[in-house]
Amino acid sequence: MKSKLVLFIIGFIVWSLLTWPLDFQHLIAGLMVAAFVAFITGDLFSRRPHHFGHITRYIWFCYYVPMFLWECLKANIDVALRVLNPKLPINPGIVKVKTTLKSDTGLTFLANSITLTPGTLCVDIDTEKGILYIHWIDVKTQDTDKATELIVSPFEKILKKIFE
Amino acid sequence: MNNLQHAAGIIFIVIGLGFDIFGCIGLIRLPDVYNRLQATTKCVTLGTCSILLGTFILKGLGTTGIKAILVAIFLLLTSPVAAHALARGAHKSGVKLWPKSVMDKYEQDGN
Repeated sequence: MKSKLVLFIIGFIVWSLLTWPLDFQHLIAGLMVAAFVAFITGDLFSRRPHHFGHITRYIWFCYYVPMFLWECLKANIDVALRVLNPKLPINPGIVKVKTTLKSDTGLTFLANSITLTPGTLCVDIDTEKGILYIHWIDVKTQDTDKATELIVSPFEKILKKIFE
Repeated sequence: MNNLQHAAGIIFIVIGLGFDIFGCIGLIRLPDVYNRLQATTKCVTLGTCSILLGTFILKGLGTTGIKAILVAIFLLLTSPVAAHALARGAHKSGVKLWPKSVMDKYEQDGN
């Protein structure tokens, strides 16, 4: 029930932004659409809806967004330099890293962050063993633990506080 | 609209176009599917987001500006997922890594 309520609120906010500026008719239609969608798919949205009530999670999320955007910018400059270099300095390979995150949302955000940060692309996840397979454009170490420290740990600490 | 706002919007759009071009050059120059996905995903995501941010600055908090920000958020959420699905699909259907690649733990683990 709580999950349905959260989905209803998020759906209504997105609808209001899509039909900006606010208008009485649009809001009525948005209420009906959001209620319908929340009624049908609400239970699939979140398994632990009480997490949406924790203020500290939002504060950590506000810290995560600028850090993510900064890493994303560094990744872009890194790829641009590699592509424009006449020698094409790449040393690719698929490495294995470990993660301690368990929740689906946390793993999704971790994989997305890894994909948009310098030189790494998430290929597959084994949720039961907590293993991610990462395509690395410039392999610095073949050891699983060292690769985990280089790729996963900066995000994992913050994502654990947000989603676990 | 004042001149500063106009200039900032244009600068963001030009930076975005630059990153999009680097992504396309990467698509041509890099050797295999996985490396090409790296270049296109990163550069095109941030490039397009930068263009959308430029649109937001030019248009302000109106109908167009809000929609541009929404599109940027959805792009940041969905583009890595698409790259992940393409990479996994390519590996499952037997596309080999570039011959000079260092290692392939994914294949060693029997996937």
